Amino acid sequence: MGDVLVFAEHVKGKLPKTTRAAIEAGRQAASRIGGACHAVVLGKGIEAVASEVAGYGVKKVFVVENDALEHYVADAYTEALAQVVKDKSIEVLVATSTAVGKDLLPRVAARLGVGMASEVVHFNEDGTLTRPMYAGNVIATVKLEGSPRVVSVRATAFDAAKKDGGGEVEKVAVSLDAAKIKAKFVAFNETKSDRPALTEASIVVSGGRGLKNGENFTTYLEPLCEALGAAMGASRAAVDAGFVPNDLQVGQTGKVVAPTLYIAVGISGAIQHLAGMKDSKTIVAINKDAEAPIFQVADYGLVADLFKVVPELTEEIKKLKH
Amino acid sequence: MKILVPAKRVPDPNSTIKVKPDGSGIVTDGLKWVINPFDEIALEEALRIKEKLSGSEVVLVGIGAKTFSEQLRTGLAMGADRAILVLTEEPLDSLAVARILQKLVTDEKADLVLMGKQAIDADSNQAGQMLADMLGWPQATFASKVELAADQKSLQATREVDGGLEVLSMPLPAVVTADLRLNEPRYASLPGIMKARKKELKEIPLGDLGVDTAPRLKVLKMEAPPKRQGGRKVETVEALVQALHSEAKVI
Repeated sequence: MGDVLVFAEHVKGKLPKTTRAAIEAGRQAASRIGGACHAVVLGKGIEAVASEVAGYGVKKVFVVENDALEHYVADAYTEALAQVVKDKSIEVLVATSTAVGKDLLPRVAARLGVGMASEVVHFNEDGTLTRPMYAGNVIATVKLEGSPRVVSVRATAFDAAKKDGGGEVEKVAVSLDAAKIKAKFVAFNETKSDRPALTEASIVVSGGRGLKNGENFTTYLEPLCEALGAAMGASRAAVDAGFVPNDLQVGQTGKVVAPTLYIAVGISGAIQHLAGMKDSKTIVAINKDAEAPIFQVADYGLVADLFKVVPELTEEIKKLKH
Repeated sequence: MKILVPAKRVPDPNSTIKVKPDGSGIVTDGLKWVINPFDEIALEEALRIKEKLSGSEVVLVGIGAKTFSEQLRTGLAMGADRAILVLTEEPLDSLAVARILQKLVTDEKADLVLMGKQAIDADSNQAGQMLADMLGWPQATFASKVELAADQKSLQATREVDGGLEVLSMPLPAVVTADLRLNEPRYASLPGIMKARKKELKEIPLGDLGVDTAPRLKVLKMEAPPKRQGGRKVETVEALVQALHSEAKVI
């Protein structure tokens, strides 16, 4: 009988919501297999982060400090993570399917010689897993054979873990051969924004091709986001057209979000976009085309010219808040 | 430079996907089949590299039933030099696919593998990463830009990640998985279609490769997702805000 290990991704010394969702998923998995839920933190200068992880209801937090792990690179992290999985009798390895999780986990699975299930939304009592396929048009029940089992989870399917007791922090040394680490980190061009991250916010306002250009995102959507404290998202069409940066894309192959409120502005509602937001609690669609498919998933639909109604909406929200 | 481009046969992304009543799979009657859009982007990138580097070869690899040759011919028509179709009717998981590709990459002595980041049917996003590890090669996933060094011994890749764009450099050989914005694939030209008929499409039965392809990930059943309750239209902004505040209670 083994335990669950959650790969705890940290960003700038903090634990994003996606990591707390992974911890919650790990706890669910642990209750299914009757084992403990541990976490692992990799990096450099990570003692504080590790202590924070320990407060979220995990039994142990393994801390792997190494200069080679300062910036995430797949080959270095794969070697370190695989060593921890083997040394600590891990039965299930869990990470959220963030850009890092997606890049890293399959490589670890191959290193361990096992298969993997991606974007799992539930660990079932009978040991099977549930995951979406075909851009979310199919919900599949799958089984992972072999041991250990490597699973990436969809962050929106799990509540963020709450503070729950103190886990034990344990330093773990791994041996990393620098010669085997071939990829080198060159640069990170971060999208600068005052808005909360898409994967953190409880309200998201997304713009589509209907916005016509990037300036309109700033002129029309920014004030609405500001008034709501919302994150900004976009359809693939808007990103492809260069209106906004790639990391705003919501969809099957972009980010999957499930906020309390999702407002789709000037978005037609292609299958691939819906795949990224149809689990939102409340969906609002604003589009001048009454036949746009987005209205089929919207709880409230406003058929109108977005350039007229979005400023009105911003004003009404501001009034509400005062 | 030899570039291997693995491609998967998938339903057209604009298809309406329905689950069979017995949950054993999707309804395939009337479905249009295409090369996975991300693999098509990978192929386009390989062709662009080939156009810049004389003496390069682009080898398209498919795994599946004989019917896949139709889509592979399209890839040849776009400009791939030859194709390999590994014949099998068995369902394969990403680990098995990676193992098959590992064998072919090694036999072909490829310098670069360019493939889509995920197939739009299974949405697993695993095979490229698994293949890279099996080969002991570095990986550049979700690439939106790939630049080969002049000496062809390394590459620099820009990747679409959560907070923006990340740039990595790595020596060749390497595995690169393509993201949406890497390029816009060309259409096959009429001369290309004519030439494709004469290009080599080699069929290899899966059993001949001697690879362990027993699936570790098995799909037990499929269901339609819960349908969202229909909503309603609102006539004015005031009505919308009222509904969000008092009815949905989200603001």
